[in-house]
Amino acid sequence: MAKTLPSDSAGLVAPRKLHFDEPLRLDCGEVLPSYDLVYESYGELNAEHSNAILVCHALSGDHHAAGYHSLEDRKPGWWENCIGPGKPIDTRRFFVVCPNNLGSCRGSTGPNTINPETGRYYGPDFPVVTCADWVRSQARLGERLGIHKWAAVVGGSLGGMQVMQWAIDYGDRLRHAIVIAAAPKLSAQNIAFNEVARQAILSDPDFHAGRYYDHGVVPRRGLMLARMLGHITYLSENSMRDRFGRELREGKLSFGFDVEFQVESYLRYQGRSFVDRFDANTYLLMTKALDYFDPAHAYDDDLARAFARTAAEFLVVSFSSDWRFSAARSREIVKALLDADKNVSYAEIQSHLGHDDFLMPIPQYIEVLGGYLDRIATEVG
Amino acid sequence: MALRPDLEIIGRWIRPGSRVLDLGCGDGTLLRHLHDAAGVTGYGLEIDPDNVSRAVRTGINVIQMDLDLGLGDFETDSFDYVVMTHAIQVVHHPERLLEEMLRVGSEGIVTFPNFGHWKSRLQLGLAGRMPVSRALPSQWYDTPNIHLCTVRDFETLCREKNIQILNRTMVDHRHHTGRWMQTVPNLMGEIALYSLRQREPLPAD
Repeated sequence: MAKTLPSDSAGLVAPRKLHFDEPLRLDCGEVLPSYDLVYESYGELNAEHSNAILVCHALSGDHHAAGYHSLEDRKPGWWENCIGPGKPIDTRRFFVVCPNNLGSCRGSTGPNTINPETGRYYGPDFPVVTCADWVRSQARLGERLGIHKWAAVVGGSLGGMQVMQWAIDYGDRLRHAIVIAAAPKLSAQNIAFNEVARQAILSDPDFHAGRYYDHGVVPRRGLMLARMLGHITYLSENSMRDRFGRELREGKLSFGFDVEFQVESYLRYQGRSFVDRFDANTYLLMTKALDYFDPAHAYDDDLARAFARTAAEFLVVSFSSDWRFSAARSREIVKALLDADKNVSYAEIQSHLGHDDFLMPIPQYIEVLGGYLDRIATEVG
Repeated sequence: MALRPDLEIIGRWIRPGSRVLDLGCGDGTLLRHLHDAAGVTGYGLEIDPDNVSRAVRTGINVIQMDLDLGLGDFETDSFDYVVMTHAIQVVHHPERLLEEMLRVGSEGIVTFPNFGHWKSRLQLGLAGRMPVSRALPSQWYDTPNIHLCTVRDFETLCREKNIQILNRTMVDHRHHTGRWMQTVPNLMGEIALYSLRQREPLPAD
Protein backbone atom coordinates (compact mmCIF):
# COMPACT_ATOMS: atom_id res chain seq x y z
CA MET A 1 0.00 0.00 0.00
CA ALA A 2 1.45 3.30 -1.07
CA LYS A 3 1.20 5.95 1.62
CA THR A 4 2.76 8.51 -0.65
CA LEU A 5 2.29 8.70 -4.38
CA PRO A 6 5.11 8.93 -6.93
CA SER A 7 6.07 12.55 -7.64
CA ASP A 8 5.61 12.04 -11.38
CA SER A 9 1.99 10.98 -10.92
CA ALA A 10 -1.11 13.09 -11.47
CA GLY A 11 -1.68 12.24 -7.79
CA LEU A 12 -5.04 11.80 -6.13
CA VAL A 13 -7.79 12.20 -8.68
CA ALA A 14 -11.55 11.81 -8.66
CA PRO A 15 -14.02 11.17 -11.46
CA ARG A 16 -16.77 13.66 -12.23
CA LYS A 17 -20.14 13.12 -13.82
CA LEU A 18 -21.98 15.43 -16.21
CA HIS A 19 -25.58 15.02 -17.23
CA PHE A 20 -26.68 15.83 -20.78
CA ASP A 21 -30.35 16.50 -21.53
CA GLU A 22 -29.95 17.25 -25.21
CA PRO A 23 -30.97 14.09 -27.11
CA LEU A 24 -28.14 12.31 -28.91
CA ARG A 25 -28.98 10.81 -32.28
CA LEU A 26 -27.01 7.62 -32.84
CA ASP A 27 -25.76 6.03 -36.07
CA CYS A 28 -28.11 3.08 -35.52
CA GLY A 29 -31.09 5.45 -35.85
CA GLU A 30 -32.04 5.42 -32.19
CA VAL A 31 -31.93 8.46 -29.95
CA LEU A 32 -30.57 8.65 -26.42
CA PRO A 33 -32.92 11.25 -24.85
CA SER A 34 -30.45 12.01 -22.06
CA TYR A 35 -27.26 10.51 -20.74
CA ASP A 36 -24.42 10.86 -18.26
CA LEU A 37 -20.75 11.06 -19.06
CA VAL A 38 -18.17 10.31 -16.40
CA TYR A 39 -14.71 11.79 -16.91
CA GLU A 40 -11.49 12.59 -15.16
CA SER A 41 -9.26 15.57 -15.75
CA TYR A 42 -5.68 16.32 -14.79
CA GLY A 43 -3.82 19.62 -14.88
CA GLU A 44 -5.24 23.12 -15.32
CA LEU A 45 -7.07 24.63 -18.26
CA ASN A 46 -5.22 27.82 -19.23
CA ALA A 47 -6.90 31.21 -19.65
CA GLU A 48 -7.08 30.84 -23.45
CA HIS A 49 -8.57 27.33 -23.10
CA SER A 50 -5.97 26.24 -25.63
CA ASN A 51 -4.08 23.56 -23.71
CA ALA A 52 -6.73 20.84 -23.47
CA ILE A 53 -5.98 17.28 -24.52
CA LEU A 54 -8.69 14.69 -24.97
CA VAL A 55 -7.69 11.10 -24.26
CA CYS A 56 -9.92 8.40 -25.79
CA HIS A 57 -9.92 5.00 -24.14
CA ALA A 58 -9.77 1.56 -25.72
CA LEU A 59 -12.02 -1.49 -25.47
CA SER A 60 -11.66 -2.30 -21.80
CA GLY A 61 -10.45 1.13 -20.67
CA ASP A 62 -12.28 3.86 -18.82
CA HIS A 63 -11.99 7.45 -17.63
CA HIS A 64 -9.36 6.60 -15.01
CA ALA A 65 -6.33 7.21 -17.22
CA ALA A 66 -3.88 8.51 -14.62
CA GLY A 67 -3.31 9.10 -10.94
CA TYR A 68 -4.82 7.27 -7.97
CA HIS A 69 -8.30 7.31 -6.49
CA SER A 70 -6.98 6.75 -2.99
CA LEU A 71 -3.71 6.19 -1.19
CA GLU A 72 -4.74 2.58 -0.82
CA ASP A 73 -4.98 2.00 -4.60
CA ARG A 74 -2.61 -0.69 -5.72
CA LYS A 75 -2.65 0.48 -9.33
CA PRO A 76 -2.81 3.92 -10.95
CA GLY A 77 -4.84 4.78 -14.06
CA TRP A 78 -4.34 2.79 -17.25
CA TRP A 79 -2.07 5.32 -18.98
CA GLU A 80 0.00 6.36 -15.98
CA ASN A 81 3.11 5.70 -18.08
CA CYS A 82 2.27 8.59 -20.40
CA ILE A 83 0.20 11.06 -18.35
CA GLY A 84 1.58 13.00 -15.40
CA PRO A 85 3.97 15.77 -14.45
CA GLY A 86 7.07 15.49 -16.65
CA LYS A 87 5.59 12.66 -18.70
CA PRO A 88 4.82 12.91 -22.45
CA ILE A 89 1.29 14.19 -21.74
CA ASP A 90 2.61 16.61 -19.17
CA THR A 91 -0.05 17.62 -16.68
CA ARG A 92 1.98 20.72 -15.76
CA ARG A 93 1.44 22.02 -19.29
CA PHE A 94 -1.79 20.41 -20.45
CA PHE A 95 -5.35 20.09 -19.19
CA VAL A 96 -6.06 16.42 -19.83
CA VAL A 97 -9.60 15.11 -20.12
CA CYS A 98 -10.47 11.44 -20.32
CA PRO A 99 -14.16 10.53 -20.60
CA ASN A 100 -15.75 7.13 -20.17
CA ASN A 101 -17.55 6.18 -23.37
CA LEU A 102 -21.28 5.67 -23.71
CA GLY A 103 -22.14 2.00 -23.50
CA SER A 104 -19.31 1.36 -21.10
CA CYS A 105 -19.84 -0.14 -17.68
CA ARG A 106 -17.73 2.25 -15.66
CA GLY A 107 -20.11 5.08 -14.88
CA SER A 108 -21.25 6.70 -18.11
CA THR A 109 -24.68 5.69 -19.38
CA GLY A 110 -24.51 2.10 -20.55
CA PRO A 111 -26.13 -1.32 -20.27
CA ASN A 112 -25.51 -1.53 -16.51
CA THR A 113 -27.23 1.81 -15.78
CA ILE A 114 -30.93 2.46 -15.33
CA ASN A 115 -32.97 3.44 -18.36
CA PRO A 116 -35.05 6.39 -17.07
CA GLU A 117 -37.87 5.48 -19.44
CA THR A 118 -38.37 1.98 -18.03
CA GLY A 119 -36.83 2.16 -14.60
CA ARG A 120 -34.90 -1.03 -15.46
CA TYR A 121 -31.32 -1.63 -16.44
CA TYR A 122 -30.73 -0.92 -20.11
CA GLY A 123 -29.11 -4.31 -20.52
CA PRO A 124 -29.53 -5.53 -24.09
CA ASP A 125 -31.74 -2.52 -24.90
CA PHE A 126 -28.78 -0.20 -24.87
CA PRO A 127 -28.32 0.74 -28.53
CA VAL A 128 -25.25 -0.35 -30.47
CA VAL A 129 -22.96 2.69 -30.42
CA THR A 130 -20.22 3.60 -32.87
CA CYS A 131 -16.99 5.58 -32.75
CA ALA A 132 -18.84 8.45 -34.44
CA ASP A 133 -21.48 8.39 -31.68
CA TRP A 134 -18.78 8.53 -29.02
CA VAL A 135 -17.06 11.39 -30.77
CA ARG A 136 -20.34 13.34 -30.92
CA SER A 137 -20.81 12.86 -27.19
CA GLN A 138 -17.20 13.83 -26.51
CA ALA A 139 -17.64 16.98 -28.59
CA ARG A 140 -20.53 17.97 -26.32
CA LEU A 141 -18.40 17.26 -23.28
CA GLY A 142 -15.78 19.60 -24.74
CA GLU A 143 -18.38 22.33 -25.24
CA ARG A 144 -19.56 21.91 -21.68
CA LEU A 145 -16.00 22.27 -20.41
CA GLY A 146 -15.46 25.40 -22.51
CA ILE A 147 -13.03 23.74 -24.89
CA HIS A 148 -13.65 24.82 -28.47
CA LYS A 149 -10.47 23.42 -29.91
CA TRP A 150 -8.48 20.58 -28.41
CA ALA A 151 -4.70 20.99 -28.54
CA ALA A 152 -4.72 17.28 -29.31
CA VAL A 153 -6.98 14.26 -29.29
CA VAL A 154 -5.01 11.15 -28.36
CA GLY A 155 -5.77 7.46 -28.17
CA GLY A 156 -4.47 3.93 -28.66
CA SER A 157 -6.20 0.97 -30.32
CA LEU A 158 -9.98 1.63 -30.29
CA GLY A 159 -9.01 5.00 -28.78
CA GLY A 160 -6.92 5.73 -31.88
CA MET A 161 -9.95 5.01 -34.03
CA GLN A 162 -11.91 7.65 -32.13
CA VAL A 163 -9.05 10.06 -32.78
CA MET A 164 -9.37 9.46 -36.54
CA GLN A 165 -13.13 9.91 -36.30
CA TRP A 166 -12.55 13.19 -34.49
CA ALA A 167 -10.25 14.43 -37.23
CA ILE A 168 -12.81 13.49 -39.88
CA ASP A 169 -16.02 14.68 -38.19
CA TYR A 170 -14.72 17.70 -36.26
CA GLY A 171 -11.66 18.61 -38.29
CA ASP A 172 -11.62 22.21 -37.09
CA ARG A 173 -11.95 21.38 -33.41
CA LEU A 174 -8.54 19.81 -32.89
CA ARG A 175 -5.01 20.93 -33.69
CA HIS A 176 -3.38 17.53 -33.50
CA ALA A 177 -4.50 13.93 -33.81
CA ILE A 178 -2.31 11.28 -32.20
CA VAL A 179 -3.28 7.83 -33.47
CA ILE A 180 -1.53 4.95 -31.70
CA ALA A 181 -1.63 1.21 -32.49
CA ALA A 182 -4.79 1.57 -34.53
CA ALA A 183 -6.12 0.55 -37.95
CA PRO A 184 -8.26 2.31 -40.54
CA LYS A 185 -10.81 -0.49 -40.20
CA LEU A 186 -10.86 -4.04 -38.92
CA SER A 187 -9.74 -6.95 -41.08
CA ALA A 188 -11.82 -10.10 -41.47
CA GLN A 189 -9.47 -11.76 -39.00
CA ASN A 190 -10.02 -8.99 -36.42
CA ILE A 191 -13.79 -9.30 -36.80
CA ALA A 192 -13.52 -13.08 -36.54
CA PHE A 193 -11.79 -12.83 -33.17
CA ASN A 194 -14.48 -10.42 -31.96
CA GLU A 195 -17.21 -12.75 -33.14
CA VAL A 196 -15.79 -15.69 -31.20
CA ALA A 197 -15.61 -13.47 -28.11
CA ARG A 198 -19.23 -12.43 -28.57
CA GLN A 199 -20.36 -16.01 -29.11
CA ALA A 200 -18.64 -17.02 -25.87
CA ILE A 201 -20.78 -14.46 -24.03
CA LEU A 202 -24.02 -15.01 -25.95
CA SER A 203 -23.91 -18.78 -25.49
CA ASP A 204 -23.30 -18.64 -21.75
CA PRO A 205 -26.47 -19.95 -20.06
CA ASP A 206 -26.14 -17.16 -17.50
CA PHE A 207 -26.40 -14.51 -20.22
CA HIS A 208 -30.23 -14.57 -20.21
CA ALA A 209 -30.45 -12.57 -23.44
CA GLY A 210 -28.55 -9.76 -21.75
CA ARG A 211 -30.94 -9.51 -18.77
CA TYR A 212 -28.64 -11.28 -16.33
CA TYR A 213 -28.86 -8.33 -13.91
CA ASP A 214 -32.52 -9.30 -13.30
CA HIS A 215 -31.47 -12.87 -12.54
CA GLY A 216 -28.75 -11.93 -10.09
CA VAL A 217 -26.04 -13.64 -12.15
CA VAL A 218 -23.33 -12.65 -14.63
CA PRO A 219 -22.21 -14.70 -17.64
CA ARG A 220 -18.83 -15.29 -16.03
CA ARG A 221 -17.68 -18.14 -18.20
CA GLY A 222 -18.56 -16.36 -21.43
CA LEU A 223 -16.95 -13.06 -20.47
CA MET A 224 -13.91 -14.87 -19.14
CA LEU A 225 -13.49 -16.80 -22.39
CA ALA A 226 -13.94 -13.61 -24.39
CA ARG A 227 -11.21 -11.91 -22.39
CA MET A 228 -8.86 -14.89 -22.61
CA LEU A 229 -9.22 -14.90 -26.36
CA GLY A 230 -8.76 -11.13 -26.56
CA HIS A 231 -5.71 -11.30 -24.34
CA ILE A 232 -3.99 -13.74 -26.68
CA THR A 233 -4.36 -11.20 -29.47
CA TYR A 234 -2.85 -8.44 -27.33
CA LEU A 235 0.40 -10.35 -26.86
CA SER A 236 3.06 -11.29 -29.38
CA GLU A 237 4.07 -14.91 -29.81
CA ASN A 238 7.62 -14.07 -28.73
CA SER A 239 6.52 -12.40 -25.52
CA MET A 240 4.34 -15.40 -24.62
CA ARG A 241 7.22 -17.74 -25.38
CA ASP A 242 9.64 -15.71 -23.29
CA ARG A 243 7.24 -15.33 -20.40
CA PHE A 244 5.72 -18.81 -20.21
CA GLY A 245 7.37 -21.07 -22.74
CA ARG A 246 6.02 -24.54 -22.05
CA GLU A 247 6.59 -24.21 -18.35
CA LEU A 248 4.37 -26.42 -16.21
CA ARG A 249 2.85 -25.27 -12.97
CA GLU A 250 3.44 -28.53 -11.14
CA GLY A 251 6.60 -29.43 -12.99
CA LYS A 252 5.08 -32.53 -14.58
CA LEU A 253 2.22 -33.51 -16.83
CA SER A 254 -0.95 -34.56 -15.06
CA PHE A 255 -2.75 -36.09 -18.04
CA GLY A 256 -5.92 -34.12 -17.34
CA PHE A 257 -7.68 -30.95 -18.39
CA ASP A 258 -7.02 -28.79 -15.40
CA VAL A 259 -4.48 -25.97 -15.54
CA GLU A 260 -1.08 -27.43 -16.38
CA PHE A 261 0.88 -24.95 -18.42
CA GLN A 262 1.76 -21.58 -16.94
CA VAL A 263 0.22 -19.83 -19.91
CA GLU A 264 -3.12 -21.47 -19.11
CA SER A 265 -2.91 -20.30 -15.54
CA TYR A 266 -2.09 -16.77 -16.66
CA LEU A 267 -4.97 -16.60 -19.14
CA ARG A 268 -7.47 -17.92 -16.62
CA TYR A 269 -6.29 -15.36 -14.11
CA GLN A 270 -6.66 -12.58 -16.69
CA GLY A 271 -10.12 -13.83 -17.59
CA ARG A 272 -11.31 -14.16 -14.00
CA SER A 273 -10.07 -10.78 -12.86
CA PHE A 274 -11.68 -9.17 -15.91
CA VAL A 275 -15.10 -10.58 -15.00
CA ASP A 276 -14.92 -8.75 -11.67
CA ARG A 277 -14.51 -5.36 -13.28
CA PHE A 278 -16.25 -5.57 -16.61
CA ASP A 279 -19.73 -6.09 -18.00
CA ALA A 280 -20.64 -8.62 -20.67
CA ASN A 281 -23.14 -6.37 -22.46
CA THR A 282 -20.47 -3.67 -22.66
CA TYR A 283 -18.01 -6.16 -24.11
CA LEU A 284 -20.51 -6.96 -26.85
CA LEU A 285 -21.00 -3.25 -27.58
CA MET A 286 -17.31 -2.41 -27.62
CA THR A 287 -16.45 -5.21 -30.02
CA LYS A 288 -19.27 -4.07 -32.32
CA ALA A 289 -17.93 -0.50 -32.27
CA LEU A 290 -14.60 -1.92 -33.37
CA ASP A 291 -16.15 -4.03 -36.13
CA TYR A 292 -18.24 -1.14 -37.47
CA PHE A 293 -15.40 1.37 -37.54
CA ASP A 294 -14.75 2.22 -41.18
CA PRO A 295 -14.68 6.00 -41.64
CA ALA A 296 -13.67 5.73 -45.29
CA HIS A 297 -16.90 3.95 -46.14
CA ALA A 298 -18.88 7.20 -46.27
CA TYR A 299 -16.25 8.60 -48.68
CA ASP A 300 -16.38 5.95 -51.42
CA ASP A 301 -13.97 3.82 -49.40
CA ASP A 302 -11.29 6.46 -49.91
CA LEU A 303 -9.63 7.22 -46.57
CA ALA A 304 -7.67 10.11 -48.09
CA ARG A 305 -10.97 11.76 -49.04
CA ALA A 306 -12.26 11.17 -45.52
CA PHE A 307 -9.28 13.13 -44.19
CA ALA A 308 -9.41 15.77 -46.93
CA ARG A 309 -11.06 18.55 -44.96
CA THR A 310 -9.44 18.11 -41.56
CA ALA A 311 -7.21 20.89 -40.24
CA ALA A 312 -5.54 18.48 -37.83
CA GLU A 313 -1.88 17.50 -37.97
CA PHE A 314 -1.11 13.88 -37.24
CA LEU A 315 1.25 11.67 -35.34
CA VAL A 316 0.78 7.98 -36.11
CA VAL A 317 2.56 5.37 -33.99
CA SER A 318 2.72 1.60 -34.41
CA PHE A 319 4.56 -1.22 -32.67
CA SER A 320 6.69 -3.81 -34.43
CA SER A 321 5.41 -6.74 -32.36
CA ASP A 322 1.71 -5.81 -32.61
CA TRP A 323 -0.09 -8.30 -34.81
CA ARG A 324 -3.62 -7.34 -33.82
CA PHE A 325 -3.24 -3.92 -35.47
CA SER A 326 0.09 -4.33 -37.19
CA ALA A 327 2.44 -1.60 -38.40
CA ALA A 328 1.17 -2.22 -41.93
CA ARG A 329 -2.31 -1.09 -40.83
CA SER A 330 -0.86 2.14 -39.42
CA ARG A 331 1.01 2.68 -42.68
CA GLU A 332 -2.37 2.55 -44.47
CA ILE A 333 -3.42 5.49 -42.31
CA VAL A 334 -0.18 7.30 -43.08
CA LYS A 335 -0.57 6.66 -46.81
CA ALA A 336 -4.07 8.15 -46.77
CA LEU A 337 -2.78 11.21 -44.91
CA LEU A 338 0.06 11.62 -47.41
CA ASP A 339 -2.40 11.37 -50.29
CA ALA A 340 -4.56 13.99 -48.57
CA ASP A 341 -1.47 16.20 -48.22
CA LYS A 342 -1.77 16.42 -44.43
CA ASN A 343 1.01 17.08 -41.98
CA VAL A 344 1.88 13.68 -40.58
CA SER A 345 4.73 12.02 -38.75
CA TYR A 346 4.97 8.29 -38.28
CA ALA A 347 7.05 6.20 -35.92
CA GLU A 348 7.27 2.43 -35.81
CA ILE A 349 8.42 1.50 -32.32
CA GLN A 350 10.60 -1.59 -31.94
CA SER A 351 8.71 -3.55 -29.35
CA HIS A 352 8.30 -6.99 -27.85
CA LEU A 353 5.04 -7.39 -25.99
CA GLY A 354 2.51 -6.95 -28.80
CA HIS A 355 -0.57 -4.74 -29.06
CA ASP A 356 -0.43 -3.87 -25.35
CA ASP A 357 2.89 -2.12 -25.94
CA PHE A 358 0.98 1.12 -26.47
CA LEU A 359 0.55 1.19 -22.67
CA MET A 360 4.21 0.50 -21.93
CA PRO A 361 7.03 2.95 -21.12
CA ILE A 362 9.21 2.00 -24.12
CA PRO A 363 11.97 4.66 -24.29
CA GLN A 364 11.63 5.39 -28.03
CA TYR A 365 7.84 5.58 -27.72
CA ILE A 366 8.06 7.97 -24.78
CA GLU A 367 10.63 10.03 -26.66
CA VAL A 368 8.54 10.33 -29.84
CA LEU A 369 5.31 11.03 -27.98
CA GLY A 370 7.06 13.46 -25.63
CA GLY A 371 8.78 15.24 -28.52
CA TYR A 372 5.53 15.67 -30.41
CA LEU A 373 3.62 16.89 -27.36
CA ASP A 374 6.45 19.22 -26.43
CA ARG A 375 6.00 20.82 -29.83
CA ILE A 376 2.24 21.11 -29.23
CA ALA A 377 2.83 22.70 -25.83
CA THR A 378 5.03 25.32 -27.47
CA GLU A 379 2.36 26.01 -30.10
CA VAL A 380 -0.49 26.49 -27.65
CA GLY A 381 1.67 28.47 -25.22
CA MET B 1 24.33 26.79 -35.42
CA ALA B 2 25.46 27.37 -38.98
CA LEU B 3 23.95 25.11 -41.59
CA ARG B 4 26.24 22.54 -43.18
CA PRO B 5 27.48 24.16 -46.41
CA ASP B 6 26.26 21.28 -48.60
CA LEU B 7 22.74 21.75 -47.22
CA GLU B 8 23.08 25.45 -47.93
CA ILE B 9 23.95 24.68 -51.57
CA ILE B 10 20.93 22.39 -51.81
CA GLY B 11 18.83 25.17 -50.32
CA ARG B 12 19.87 27.43 -53.18
CA TRP B 13 18.70 24.85 -55.73
CA ILE B 14 15.21 24.61 -54.25
CA ARG B 15 12.54 27.18 -55.14
CA PRO B 16 10.80 28.83 -52.16
CA GLY B 17 7.40 27.42 -51.30
CA SER B 18 7.96 24.11 -53.04
CA ARG B 19 7.14 20.60 -51.85
CA VAL B 20 10.08 18.44 -50.88
CA LEU B 21 10.53 14.78 -50.00
CA ASP B 22 13.80 14.20 -48.14
CA LEU B 23 15.01 10.59 -48.26
CA GLY B 24 17.13 9.73 -45.23
CA CYS B 25 16.32 13.07 -43.60
CA GLY B 26 18.32 12.40 -40.43
CA ASP B 27 17.21 14.68 -37.62
CA GLY B 28 15.33 16.88 -40.08
CA THR B 29 17.91 19.71 -40.26
CA LEU B 30 17.51 20.29 -44.01
CA LEU B 31 13.69 20.30 -44.01
CA ARG B 32 13.60 22.53 -40.95
CA HIS B 33 15.98 24.96 -42.66
CA LEU B 34 14.05 24.87 -45.94
CA HIS B 35 10.80 25.42 -44.10
CA ASP B 36 12.04 28.32 -42.01
CA ALA B 37 14.06 30.00 -44.77
CA ALA B 38 11.91 29.34 -47.82
CA GLY B 39 8.46 28.17 -46.71
CA VAL B 40 9.12 24.71 -48.11
CA THR B 41 6.70 21.95 -47.06
CA GLY B 42 7.08 18.21 -47.25
CA TYR B 43 8.14 15.07 -45.51
CA GLY B 44 11.33 13.37 -44.44
CA LEU B 45 11.83 9.62 -44.53
CA GLU B 46 14.16 8.13 -41.96
CA ILE B 47 14.88 4.67 -40.62
CA ASP B 48 16.95 5.41 -37.51
CA PRO B 49 14.73 5.63 -34.38
CA ASP B 50 16.82 8.28 -32.64
CA ASN B 51 16.79 10.48 -35.73
CA VAL B 52 13.02 10.00 -36.02
CA SER B 53 12.56 11.15 -32.41
CA ARG B 54 14.74 14.19 -32.98
CA ALA B 55 12.96 15.07 -36.22
CA VAL B 56 9.55 14.78 -34.52
CA ARG B 57 10.75 17.18 -31.85
CA THR B 58 11.92 19.78 -34.38
CA GLY B 59 8.42 19.82 -35.82
CA ILE B 60 9.02 18.52 -39.33
CA ASN B 61 6.94 15.73 -40.86
CA VAL B 62 8.99 12.57 -40.57
CA ILE B 63 7.90 9.11 -41.66
CA GLN B 64 9.82 6.20 -40.24
CA MET B 65 10.50 3.82 -43.11
CA ASP B 66 13.13 1.81 -44.91
CA LEU B 67 14.18 3.31 -48.25
CA ASP B 68 14.93 -0.20 -49.48
CA LEU B 69 11.17 -0.79 -49.54
CA GLY B 70 10.88 1.84 -52.30
CA LEU B 71 8.62 4.85 -52.63
CA GLY B 72 5.44 2.94 -53.45
CA ASP B 73 3.47 4.99 -50.91
CA PHE B 74 4.14 8.16 -52.90
CA GLU B 75 2.22 9.18 -55.97
CA THR B 76 3.88 10.08 -59.27
CA ASP B 77 4.81 13.78 -59.56
CA SER B 78 3.60 14.52 -56.04
CA PHE B 79 6.70 16.56 -55.07
CA ASP B 80 8.71 19.35 -56.66
CA TYR B 81 11.95 17.89 -55.35
CA VAL B 82 13.03 14.57 -53.94
CA VAL B 83 16.29 14.98 -52.04
CA MET B 84 18.70 12.29 -50.91
CA THR B 85 21.84 13.41 -49.10
CA HIS B 86 24.52 10.83 -48.38
CA ALA B 87 22.15 7.90 -48.63
CA ILE B 88 22.39 6.54 -52.18
CA GLN B 89 25.49 4.54 -51.25
CA VAL B 90 23.76 2.74 -48.37
CA VAL B 91 20.62 1.50 -50.15
CA HIS B 92 20.30 -1.90 -51.77
CA HIS B 93 19.14 -0.73 -55.20
CA PRO B 94 20.46 2.78 -55.90
CA GLU B 95 19.46 2.70 -59.56
CA ARG B 96 15.86 1.76 -58.79
CA LEU B 97 15.61 4.35 -56.04
CA LEU B 98 16.99 6.99 -58.40
CA GLU B 99 14.24 6.14 -60.88
CA GLU B 100 11.67 6.24 -58.08
CA MET B 101 12.92 9.65 -56.94
CA LEU B 102 12.43 11.09 -60.39
CA ARG B 103 9.03 9.46 -60.74
CA VAL B 104 7.77 10.98 -57.46
CA GLY B 105 9.49 14.36 -57.86
CA SER B 106 9.89 16.72 -60.79
CA GLU B 107 13.54 17.08 -59.83
CA GLY B 108 15.93 15.01 -57.79
CA ILE B 109 18.84 16.18 -55.67
CA VAL B 110 21.49 13.62 -54.77
CA THR B 111 24.71 13.91 -52.80
CA PHE B 112 27.28 11.19 -52.17
CA PRO B 113 30.95 10.71 -51.22
CA ASN B 114 33.03 10.52 -54.40
CA PHE B 115 35.04 7.31 -54.44
CA GLY B 116 37.10 8.71 -57.30
CA HIS B 117 38.74 11.36 -55.09
CA TRP B 118 42.52 11.27 -55.39
CA LYS B 119 43.04 10.20 -51.77
CA SER B 120 40.84 7.17 -52.29
CA ARG B 121 42.70 6.35 -55.48
CA LEU B 122 46.05 6.62 -53.67
CA GLN B 123 44.96 4.42 -50.80
CA LEU B 124 43.61 1.73 -53.08
CA GLY B 125 46.09 2.12 -55.95
CA LEU B 126 49.35 2.58 -54.06
CA ALA B 127 48.77 1.35 -50.51
CA GLY B 128 46.45 -1.43 -51.69
CA ARG B 129 44.00 -0.69 -48.89
CA MET B 130 40.31 0.12 -48.93
CA PRO B 131 40.10 3.91 -48.63
CA VAL B 132 39.27 5.50 -45.30
CA SER B 133 38.86 9.25 -45.22
CA ARG B 134 36.96 11.97 -43.46
CA ALA B 135 34.22 11.71 -46.07
CA LEU B 136 34.33 7.89 -45.82
CA PRO B 137 35.30 7.17 -42.22
CA SER B 138 34.32 3.47 -41.94
CA GLN B 139 36.46 0.39 -42.31
CA TRP B 140 35.54 -2.09 -45.05
CA TYR B 141 34.01 -4.49 -42.51
CA ASP B 142 31.73 -2.07 -40.71
CA THR B 143 30.80 0.35 -43.44
CA PRO B 144 27.14 1.05 -44.17
CA ASN B 145 28.28 2.11 -47.65
CA ILE B 146 27.52 -0.87 -49.84
CA HIS B 147 27.25 0.94 -53.17
CA LEU B 148 30.08 3.43 -53.39
CA CYS B 149 30.61 5.09 -56.75
CA THR B 150 32.65 7.77 -58.43
CA VAL B 151 31.47 10.91 -60.17
CA ARG B 152 32.09 9.21 -63.49
CA ASP B 153 30.14 6.07 -62.47
CA PHE B 154 27.20 8.17 -61.36
CA GLU B 155 27.12 10.22 -64.53
CA THR B 156 27.32 7.06 -66.64
CA LEU B 157 24.28 5.69 -64.77
CA CYS B 158 22.42 8.96 -65.38
CA ARG B 159 23.14 8.70 -69.11
CA GLU B 160 21.93 5.10 -69.22
CA LYS B 161 18.75 6.03 -67.35
CA ASN B 162 18.16 9.05 -69.59
CA ILE B 163 18.52 11.34 -66.58
CA GLN B 164 19.48 14.94 -67.23
CA ILE B 165 22.02 16.54 -64.89
CA LEU B 166 20.84 20.07 -64.15
CA ASN B 167 23.57 21.06 -61.69
CA ARG B 168 26.73 19.57 -60.29
CA THR B 169 28.83 20.96 -57.45
CA MET B 170 31.79 19.32 -55.77
CA VAL B 171 32.87 20.06 -52.19
CA ASP B 172 35.48 18.77 -49.75
CA HIS B 173 34.80 17.00 -46.49
CA ARG B 174 34.25 20.37 -44.82
CA HIS B 175 31.69 20.95 -47.53
CA HIS B 176 33.65 23.86 -48.98
CA THR B 177 34.12 24.15 -52.70
CA GLY B 178 37.05 25.30 -54.83
CA ARG B 179 38.05 25.89 -58.43
CA TRP B 180 40.02 22.63 -58.82
CA MET B 181 37.09 20.60 -57.62
CA GLN B 182 34.88 22.02 -60.32
CA THR B 183 37.53 21.60 -63.04
CA VAL B 184 38.56 18.03 -62.22
CA PRO B 185 35.59 16.87 -60.17
CA ASN B 186 36.20 13.13 -60.12
CA LEU B 187 39.76 13.59 -58.90
CA MET B 188 39.50 16.60 -56.60
CA GLY B 189 35.95 16.57 -55.20
CA GLU B 190 35.28 14.59 -52.03
CA ILE B 191 31.52 15.03 -52.04
CA ALA B 192 29.32 15.34 -55.10
CA LEU B 193 26.03 17.26 -55.24
CA TYR B 194 23.71 16.85 -58.21
CA SER B 195 20.33 18.09 -59.24
CA LEU B 196 18.63 15.87 -61.80
CA ARG B 197 15.59 15.49 -63.96
CA GLN B 198 14.15 12.53 -65.81
CA ARG B 199 14.20 13.28 -69.54
CA GLU B 200 10.99 12.51 -71.37
CA PRO B 201 11.39 9.28 -73.29
CA LEU B 202 12.16 10.00 -76.97
CA PRO B 203 9.03 9.76 -79.09
CA ALA B 204 8.95 6.53 -81.03
CA ASP B 205 8.84 7.19 -84.78
